[in-house]
Amino acid sequence: MSGPDLTTTIGEVQLASPVMVAAGCAGTGRELEPFLDLGQVGGLVTRSVTLDPRSGEAPPRAVETPAGVLSDTGLQGPGLQGFLATELPWLAQRRVRTVVSIAGQNLGEWAELARRVGLSPGVTAVEVNLAWPPDSAAARDSYQAAKILAAVRRDMPRGIPVLAKVAPLVHSVVDVSRAAVEAGADAIVVGHGLPGMALDRATLRPALRGGNGFLSGPALNAVALRCVWEVHAALPEVDLVGSGGVRTGFDALAMLAAGARAVQVGSVVLHDPAAPRRIAAELAEELDRRCIPAVAEAVGRAQRPHPDLTGDA
Amino acid sequence: MTEVARGPVQVMGEVLSNKRAGGYQHLTLVAPGVAERFRPGNLVALAVGGPLSDRLLRRSFPIYRARATGAYRATVELVFAVTEPGQEWLAGLPNGASVDVVGPLGRPYALPKEPVACTLVGNGHAAAPLFSLADRLRERGCAVHMVLAAPSERELFGALDAKRAAKTVVVTTEDGSIGLPGGVGVVLPDLLARTGSDVVYAAGPAPMLHAVAAAAESHGAWSQTTLDTDLVCASGACLTCVVPTVGEDGVSRTVRSCLEGPVFRGDRVRWADIATVPADTWGTDHSGGAE
Repeated sequence: MSGPDLTTTIGEVQLASPVMVAAGCAGTGRELEPFLDLGQVGGLVTRSVTLDPRSGEAPPRAVETPAGVLSDTGLQGPGLQGFLATELPWLAQRRVRTVVSIAGQNLGEWAELARRVGLSPGVTAVEVNLAWPPDSAAARDSYQAAKILAAVRRDMPRGIPVLAKVAPLVHSVVDVSRAAVEAGADAIVVGHGLPGMALDRATLRPALRGGNGFLSGPALNAVALRCVWEVHAALPEVDLVGSGGVRTGFDALAMLAAGARAVQVGSVVLHDPAAPRRIAAELAEELDRRCIPAVAEAVGRAQRPHPDLTGDA
Repeated sequence: MTEVARGPVQVMGEVLSNKRAGGYQHLTLVAPGVAERFRPGNLVALAVGGPLSDRLLRRSFPIYRARATGAYRATVELVFAVTEPGQEWLAGLPNGASVDVVGPLGRPYALPKEPVACTLVGNGHAAAPLFSLADRLRERGCAVHMVLAAPSERELFGALDAKRAAKTVVVTTEDGSIGLPGGVGVVLPDLLARTGSDVVYAAGPAPMLHAVAAAAESHGAWSQTTLDTDLVCASGACLTCVVPTVGEDGVSRTVRSCLEGPVFRGDRVRWADIATVPADTWGTDHSGGAE
């Protein structure tokens, strides 16, 4: 049995599978290696790389919430130089399709991150983390998002697609996406966790040391799905990646059918480190059952009139 | 330290027995692959709530005992306090139920090359991993002494086990309801002197480990400490279970308790700064993120 064709394209890059691992949920990659053939995942998005090393937020940094996780690591990481020296080569050696997430604090940092990541071997694409610093409005503000995307695109080699990760906020996601694309983004990732809070059972104080965190996980799935739908409806020619609470093959198919060309799975990887492989296999079954021969034919299908999507065939 | 980790596996475990043990829950799982790779100090991380669960985070526990071969194939045993719904779900599982198990995880206890005297200090159920450690140490000809601590008699774990595992057993409770009153900080210096211990192994909450590390330091012994803390993914991917440590280069870093730990050299942890990111930590900038 050959099964459906799972290949997909983002920008001009072809991925063997539409199931990627979202930023911040794969560690450096090494942590998932015992559970998962990283060469098989559609793409691995690194945790966001900052220009300088960061020690991150004080713990507790994560807490379980209903159908989700509230977290804020404060982007702990070795900084650009450490990343390029110790983390990227490991991924490149294993031929992992690596999407480097970058996070700058000002336009100068964005440009430098873009220039140096763009010159490094083993980079499949770059993802622009518009939601950092946490007080930044770039993830939901068209003007700021456009300035950042223009700076990153200008310093990135043509062959490396730039993905803009926007906040799944229905009132602005189309505007920010349009602005990002006009400024040079090759694809849009919808989207980030949403700001949230949880209180500790024992102390009745904020459970996270930093007070607020970002909510991710299945609790966000319907929100993210609607945002993918809205952006695809408004900008049908733009490559979209759907991210938000995907944990089954059907969830992945729903993102594709709403208009995404690929999906990112995040919180579910913390629950089940082998989830990307399972979700890709389940997606293949879902496509097969519906007689959809290729991922490319599923993209946006829920928004087009079509008589037969029931899966009974 | 010289042992090569063979890495964790993910398996569908099966409940072999699940019973109360004093104030705690004692869960035995058939978990092929995990027991064979186990070294004392390793963890397992269990998914809770079954396949339809909306509870995303794994519950991680130090392994109490592991048997690679036996009548019921490879088993691992865990001891835990039931304090939240995920643990309640685990505690309620009938024999034969399935649980998704990831393990063994984390850095195990480093074992001495010479047959030296060792003192093992555990608080409440956190003492669980010390019993398989004691077995390994005795196999190497080490003299094993044990301190079991708890807030009160109710929370004490393993007193009977300890009599088999150790030459000397000292029990101490904070309220004095059983054993010596005062806790670890009071009884440990004397025991280290009496037994001439070269290595101290400890498992418990941060204040106790701080006291252990200090007592070991002033006695001139090495200490190996396991911090009893919540881990989110237990595989190192999520970067949330961080502990402030000082490296051999003298530089402070925030490192993961699940991957670089849960066993740390006692003199490497900045005990007074637990649950913070000290201002002199590598990578602390001025734009927020640290305290």
